[in-house]
Amino acid sequence: MAPLLNIVELSHNFGGLCAVTDFFLTVQEGESVGLIGPNGAGKTTIFNLITGVFRVFEGRIFFQGQDITEWPSHRITAAGIARTFQNIRLFKDLNALDNVRLGAFARHRYSLWNAFFRLPAFRGEEGTWVRRAYELLERFNIAHYAQTPARHLPYGEQRRLEIARALISGPRLLLLDEPAAGMNEGEVEGLIHLIREIKQEFSLTILLIEHQMQVVSSLCQRVTVLDFGLTIAAGPLREIQQNPRVMEAYLGKEAPLDR
Amino acid sequence: MPSKRLLIWTAVLLLMALSWALPASGALNPYVIQILMYVGINMILTLSLNLINGYMGEFSVGHAGFMAIGAYVAAILSVWCVPKALGPWLFPFILMGGGLAAAAAGLVVAIPSFRTRGDYLAIVTLAFNMIVKSILENLNVVGGPRGFKDISLLTNFPWVVFWVIATFYLLRNLVYSNFGRGITAIREDEVAANLTSVDTRRLKVYAFCIGAFFAGVAGGLFAHLLQFINPRSFSILKSTDMLVMVYLGGMGSLTGSLLGATIFTLVLEFLRPLGLWRWVIGPLLLVFLMIFRPEGIMGFKDPRWLQPEEISNQGSTVSGRQ
Repeated sequence: MAPLLNIVELSHNFGGLCAVTDFFLTVQEGESVGLIGPNGAGKTTIFNLITGVFRVFEGRIFFQGQDITEWPSHRITAAGIARTFQNIRLFKDLNALDNVRLGAFARHRYSLWNAFFRLPAFRGEEGTWVRRAYELLERFNIAHYAQTPARHLPYGEQRRLEIARALISGPRLLLLDEPAAGMNEGEVEGLIHLIREIKQEFSLTILLIEHQMQVVSSLCQRVTVLDFGLTIAAGPLREIQQNPRVMEAYLGKEAPLDR
Repeated sequence: MPSKRLLIWTAVLLLMALSWALPASGALNPYVIQILMYVGINMILTLSLNLINGYMGEFSVGHAGFMAIGAYVAAILSVWCVPKALGPWLFPFILMGGGLAAAAAGLVVAIPSFRTRGDYLAIVTLAFNMIVKSILENLNVVGGPRGFKDISLLTNFPWVVFWVIATFYLLRNLVYSNFGRGITAIREDEVAANLTSVDTRRLKVYAFCIGAFFAGVAGGLFAHLLQFINPRSFSILKSTDMLVMVYLGGMGSLTGSLLGATIFTLVLEFLRPLGLWRWVIGPLLLVFLMIFRPEGIMGFKDPRWLQPEEISNQGSTVSGRQ
């Protein structure tokens, strides 16, 4: 069976600085894969390349066997790759309900004329997606914030709202960019639990960037380690942790002892 | 709430009837009617500019360019293409012709907006306005700098009222729809909008073309009210007036646009006896507004009763959203 996501020889540089070099990754349907590495290793750049935020100049990206390398972002998202952001990017002045509904933008099919005159097609579809949005808000325990501007939600709720917005688009693959950033230990526990649940519930495949090893180790079967844009290791987490190059990337080289 | 709907439609019909009856009965003098028509035309301009500047958050300073195209095309249609006797009957189509031409010009600005934003896009819209004005000045068929004369008087109070209501109704429905949410998402965070499946390019084309369409209609109404247009009426200053009305009333608020257009037009009219001083006092009011209420009178809000009914999750309808 073709892999859900297949990245082949992806490279990207910012004005001569190599952010990602010869990156390969294959994700099978139903897997959870971790992407780890020190700050500035190029992890978020890879997310931005997959989702079309940056144009890909070298390499190919295949999703469900289709070449999506040159697709615009909105089409990639509509095709089934949703993501969240390292520093939450909600539509801050819009209320939680509208934030979630915007995730289903491409799934609204009615025409401009239907909107102008509020015709039956408009009413039917708006109704469908309002209901679906409320279901998701309830699922994430934030329904009472439906009419509250996103900026007024507490931090954890904003994170959950972002996941709800990603899920309403009906993704097959969910990209999570440091979902546990800024959370305390208890909240991290809750998050791990939540990701496990939604993975089951929405039959998702997950690609995860995370610094907290606790999250990676409890969610991901395998990980890919990046350092300065280079893939320095890939495989099951337990093997990776013994890898000297990984230890070097995280802890630095052992200095020669001169005494 | 069907009763609310009934109430609004009754009010609309009443307003239309009044707009016909008042001038006919002579209860209002022609000067007042004239001013009210300018208020109406400015309302259409302000509403349509608010879609681009307030809701989509792009800073367009060339709205008078669209108005000019609408005014000239409508004038050409009514003077050259339509027999004079049929003019009053075909007036809505003449206006729509002007609007459609302006909408086509909207593409000229929408396409650069795919790649440029903010200050740079503002310069593109500014350039657009100047280009339209200088083309008109150099086009002798439409009178060049001397202007286009002998346009018949087709604009009357009921037509202005009709177009204000139509513009308000259609833009309100657009703004409170999936398209409107997408347009607002561009203002909030364009990258995030793209990544939540919002086709921002398509929406920019929609916003610019729809905004331009109504500006074009307003231009047509203006041309057939004044009966004479020249390129100078559509300079950057006209665009600035429209911006002032948008910011005065409030960005991202349709009711605000109605208020802004009314207050601005009336204040300038009342200050007319002051002569040159009205160009000091008018802008001064704006300076104070920006200091004490920078978000404008309404500021991103519309009163609940003017918002369309929300289609709620329970199947019943709950109106309003923040």
